[in-house]
Amino acid sequence: MFTQALAITGINIKSIPERWATSLVIVIGLAGVVAVFTALLAMANGFSSTLRATGRQDAVIIMRGGSDAELNSGLDREQTDLLKQLPGIRLGADGKPESSAEMMVIAELIRKDDTKNGANITVRGVDPAAFTLRPNLKIVAGRNFTPGLRELIVGAGVLRQFQGAEIGKVVRMRGSDWTVVGAFESGDAHDSELWTDINVARTTFGRSGSSSILAALDGAGGLDQLKAGVAADPRLNVDVVREQDYFNGQTKQFRATIGFLAGIVTLIMGLGAVFAALNSMYAAVAARGKEIATLRAIGFGGTPVLLSVMAEALLLALVGGILGALIAYVLFNNVSVSTLGQNFTQVVFNFKVTPQLVVRGLVIAVLIGMIGGFLPALRAARLPVTTSLREN
Amino acid sequence: MTRTGFVVANLFRKRTRTILTLLSVIMAFLLFGLLQSINSIFSAGQNFVGATRLMTQARVSFTQPLPLSMLPKLEAIAGVARVGYSQWFGGVWQDNTPIFAFAVDPLRQRDVYPEYTMPEAQWQAFANTRTAMIAGKVIADKYGWKVGQKIPLASNIYPQKNGSKAWAFDLVGIYDGTTEDTKKLAQNVFINHDYFDEANAFVKGRANFFILKLADGNQAQAISKTVDAMFENSPDETKTQTEKDFNLGFVKQIGDIALIVRWILFAVFFTLLLVVGNTMAQSVRERIPELAVLKTLGFSDGAVLAFVFAEALALCLCGGLIGLALATLAGAMVEKRSGGQFQLSPDFKVWLLGVAAILIMSIVVGLLPALRARRLRIVDALAGR
Repeated sequence: MFTQALAITGINIKSIPERWATSLVIVIGLAGVVAVFTALLAMANGFSSTLRATGRQDAVIIMRGGSDAELNSGLDREQTDLLKQLPGIRLGADGKPESSAEMMVIAELIRKDDTKNGANITVRGVDPAAFTLRPNLKIVAGRNFTPGLRELIVGAGVLRQFQGAEIGKVVRMRGSDWTVVGAFESGDAHDSELWTDINVARTTFGRSGSSSILAALDGAGGLDQLKAGVAADPRLNVDVVREQDYFNGQTKQFRATIGFLAGIVTLIMGLGAVFAALNSMYAAVAARGKEIATLRAIGFGGTPVLLSVMAEALLLALVGGILGALIAYVLFNNVSVSTLGQNFTQVVFNFKVTPQLVVRGLVIAVLIGMIGGFLPALRAARLPVTTSLREN
Repeated sequence: MTRTGFVVANLFRKRTRTILTLLSVIMAFLLFGLLQSINSIFSAGQNFVGATRLMTQARVSFTQPLPLSMLPKLEAIAGVARVGYSQWFGGVWQDNTPIFAFAVDPLRQRDVYPEYTMPEAQWQAFANTRTAMIAGKVIADKYGWKVGQKIPLASNIYPQKNGSKAWAFDLVGIYDGTTEDTKKLAQNVFINHDYFDEANAFVKGRANFFILKLADGNQAQAISKTVDAMFENSPDETKTQTEKDFNLGFVKQIGDIALIVRWILFAVFFTLLLVVGNTMAQSVRERIPELAVLKTLGFSDGAVLAFVFAEALALCLCGGLIGLALATLAGAMVEKRSGGQFQLSPDFKVWLLGVAAILIMSIVVGLLPALRARRLRIVDALAGR
């Protein structure tokens, strides 16, 4: 039976060039579905992987209780100093606790393709320890800011998407001029930020404390020790969260939204493609009615005919799927975009077309091919031999 | 048989094919309707009252509040009729549902936003009750809030003086919009700025925005320049723009989504054109001898062209209209279930665009086969050449 099926499939496939117009419908239809599906999920993927790459398991971020995001949080000077010294924080090489008080404020920069509307960019004032706490952050051009001076360093993502923060440029905030003296790259969410000295930021923005504390944990028991210390002090009403969990939590809503959109769009487009595939395969079967009847007459079984039609549909679907994935890859992979993150500031990220996504797209293509091929295949297998032979 | 009857009969000759093609067209226009509505949310920039209001924010970012001491200076500018101000409260309802809540001056709010109305007694109650709050009809209906209730509302930013972030307010009024559009936008919560200013442990005498109602919209450009010049080189430099521009910029912050929606639309349309175009071509191919017979009977070239073209138009029109109708239904359902938060249902403008798309599509897919039918030479066609 399988040799029969194989033989007929061979004939079918060889005859595709003669019917290329109908076959092309399946290929293009599925290429469209898979390209859209892959592109949308590649966007969700890129966003999450940028945020996921941020933060470590062995560091915590401390914010005022119930804040959810750094932007909403605020700690006064007393709390800031207390928190930086708590037991459970690892001591650095200099014998001081490895913790950084950070103040987050927002500045507006203009997108490269825009002329007037500003987008929110995070400006992060940091302690010197911030750089040891984020070892993957490297200065890639210019130099680091000098503590005490109104100087900024700019993230690679900001440079890619926004104008006015190139090295040497002056950014104006609260009536004062800030010079951009260097650029950094960290491969994560910090690439979408501008950094400066926290003390300069405090005087400029008229605040004394901080938005959050980032601290390295002292071994496995560090977190519990730190939490116990916080709970014991009535002056501290704060949340202690592992840095990685904090950033992970921020991806949830974006992923849900895009996932929902991708689901709906893929479903509707997929249905459209199923109808198109059904149409084409019915047409293909009808066009070859005589040929199929002849095969049946000379002894080929019904099942091999059915299998061969299915095989053709699947092959076309697969070709369409691969084409779609390829289109998505060429057009979208590593395309840099930005959107609003949890802190109400821009997060710059790249589309990521991963092998997993491509496989999922192909599975969808094959499924559609299967549904679109089955009914026509059934009709082909049941074609009444005598009447079909008589048709002209 | 009439000509219309002939077209219909031809369409239903291969019933499966017609139905399947129709279904793919329906799917495409369902998607078109939904995506185009999302798109219009992103590009329209919501037209409110046009340019008669200006928004003044801190130049560095609107998250940096401005001092209320600016108020008299703003009011003194010629051409400014009334100034309101508002402070973002960071409202959170129950399990972490964010609420758009602002602390405002009640009577200024009433004067600056005349398109939202509420009985005057409720405005007075709002102004005279320290712990008062008012809510838009949409949000009040969504959570079942009634006037007279005490509404617990947390803030994810501002603790009270006692350190607690759990606030509670007396709901003294429910406002509503005066037009179809503003009714949908009645989703905010407002609390009394005086009380907020006094009770919170964090900011004093500040607001994120000043809203300037102008006597004459034509002066918007000049007045915004005047305001920004007034505070230049102070720690509180300002950025003043029309409400429309502000909204547009705000929506743009979400980024390149509109662009991506356009890409999807393009992909869907391209796919669809091929599918339907191919089906039409095929159905003409199969009927070449018949068309030749028609011509033999005396139908003109133009009549034959019209027959074929009418089929394409009928198919696209039926499918397209059903698809748009489905999108309207689905959008309305989403809108209802989300309590008016997601406004997906295609409006008049989307329908117009949809009908235009249907017509363009009919021309593109119908024209080639129709021209082919017109060009047929009877002898060749009958001989099967």
